[in-house]
Amino acid sequence: MLERKTVSQTKTKRSKISKETKRQLLHYMTLSRRIEHRIERVLYRQGKIVGGVYVGRGQEAISVATAIHMLDNDIVAPTHRDMGIFLICGVSERRIIAQYMGRKTGVTQGKDGNMHMGDLKHNIIAFVSHLGDNVPVAAGAALTFKMRGQDNVAFCYSGEGATSRGDWHEGVNFACVHKLPIVFFINNNQYAYSTPIELQMPVKDVADRAPAYAMAAEVVDGNDALAVYESAGRAVDWARSGKGPYLVEYKTFRMTGHSAHDDAGYVPKELFEEWARKDPIERLQKHMIDAGELTAEGIESMENEITAIIDDAVDWADKSPYPDPEDCLKGVYHEGR
Amino acid sequence: MALTTYLEAIRQGIWEEMERDERVFVLGEDVGVYGGAFKVTKGMLDHFGPERVVDTPISESAIVGAAIGASYLGMRPVAEMQFIDFISCCFDQITNFAAKSRYRWGAGVPIVIRGPSGGNTHGGPFHSQNVESYFYNTPGLKIVQPSTAYDAKGLIKAAIRDEDPVLYLEHKYLYRRIKEELPSEDFVVPIGEAAVRREGSDLGIITYGAMVYNALDAADILAKDGVETEVLDVRSLQPLDENAILETAMKTNKVIVLHEACLTGGAGGELAARIAEKAFDFLDGPIIRVAAKDTPVPFSPPLEEYFLPQVDDVVDAARKLLAY
Repeated sequence: MLERKTVSQTKTKRSKISKETKRQLLHYMTLSRRIEHRIERVLYRQGKIVGGVYVGRGQEAISVATAIHMLDNDIVAPTHRDMGIFLICGVSERRIIAQYMGRKTGVTQGKDGNMHMGDLKHNIIAFVSHLGDNVPVAAGAALTFKMRGQDNVAFCYSGEGATSRGDWHEGVNFACVHKLPIVFFINNNQYAYSTPIELQMPVKDVADRAPAYAMAAEVVDGNDALAVYESAGRAVDWARSGKGPYLVEYKTFRMTGHSAHDDAGYVPKELFEEWARKDPIERLQKHMIDAGELTAEGIESMENEITAIIDDAVDWADKSPYPDPEDCLKGVYHEGR
Repeated sequence: MALTTYLEAIRQGIWEEMERDERVFVLGEDVGVYGGAFKVTKGMLDHFGPERVVDTPISESAIVGAAIGASYLGMRPVAEMQFIDFISCCFDQITNFAAKSRYRWGAGVPIVIRGPSGGNTHGGPFHSQNVESYFYNTPGLKIVQPSTAYDAKGLIKAAIRDEDPVLYLEHKYLYRRIKEELPSEDFVVPIGEAAVRREGSDLGIITYGAMVYNALDAADILAKDGVETEVLDVRSLQPLDENAILETAMKTNKVIVLHEACLTGGAGGELAARIAEKAFDFLDGPIIRVAAKDTPVPFSPPLEEYFLPQVDDVVDAARKLLAY
């Protein structure tokens, strides 16, 4: 049986994480939160965004501090609360906002909305609403890496709810049978829409599922950006060195409803209060201030820089055209050569 | 020159594409050591190695999902369903991931999903189905079914070279019953082109798959009464060769649409509707559908025989139609 680590065993070597890396983590986490805040709390309420909005408020450390380990030609299959992945992979804020506004300049040119976006030029596979479906697909990418002898890794994301799906298990089993270079990052935010984890699975941790696939796994505090960063590094190194799949479960909390229209009245208030005290951005800021790596002025200038980026993106997206109605017919099949 | 079976034609087509293009590989249940339940992939493991002939767990979603993921990285996977009936297990991967990918975000999915379909082999409810209708209402997929060995080889090659996901529905009743001499040089049968199997001007039978042979047998019987029957093999349901269908309808003025899948909700309804919409003025009688009964595919021979459209059913329908 493979070694299974637990929270208590993931003692950090955080002194080894450079100041520059920490700054990057903080930048992308803050950018994720601010861009989603603008989308959900401003643009959505102004009626500039139609359709659903799903955000990763309070979970930013997971997307950011894992995907930051991606190397050239690695592939990522995010899920719907992973804004940070798109930003880290270089998808522009302008195209992201335009995507939410249904504009022709959006990532999917208006064909799909919100987080349903991907771009192979940025190595991102678009997720579908059928949770867990991205797992076999990511495994197929990892299979290709193995066939080609390429030392790349597939980064595959799921919430804890998706791990109830058959496709999730089929994909994980396939990947483990073929010892593929893939890491399963589980963002366990404890609620699947309104369904709490105890109605989702009989095991305590999603990581408890891993031994059935002879897969290495660990459970990590998903609101501790540095612990996320280190554990993801271990997992990705493991997969990249040919040892097979690895699962990391990040414990976190969904600090919002399932979507913009859900007030999450079914979540006890105390839970929100408890997890608000564990906010990943504030924790990283405090750590960096304590370590002399960040100042209040530094935070302010980062915030200002991010506000300017988002202002520009919103302005650009808002001036972008909608798709032509006839574009509806385009792109169902390959066109031309 | 030796005759090549329909089954061997499929195998040759995949084999030659794997030789021609190193991006092509096969995956599925028992495709490696065993060579596939029907031996379509026989010998491939030894020749191409385990990297390109991937035995999978019994996980149709994983098979198709992995094919999709590999295609995103430039591969050309050919996924086998051991029986096409099992394709229901990966409905989601096909209809939601593969079919919509290009439309949603511009990522083409050049994969082939192939497997033995059809009845008349006493396979019972789960080894005999025709699944084309399950997928016909999903834009983004292509759907083909060959009826000859030539088409079996030419269409599998075209499917592998295609930029979009193709459901290649081979008919297991034809596997070893149909054979012909094939050209030694490389050829493809373009997807989306129907083929006239017999020319005639009194009656048109529009069909595909194994039913092509029932149509031809019916045409022989009708010919004894002096009726000249045209048999059109559509070969590709999506894209559909609408021009060929309308030409047959306009030429013969009396049309039967014949298929082995169940009647209600079957592809025949779509074909009939196209003819009614676009060639109504040319029709001298109702468009008649001949198809399997609206039941699961029964097992016992007398039941299955009753279930499947028989040559006599086609002849009876033709006589009624000719009376108009």
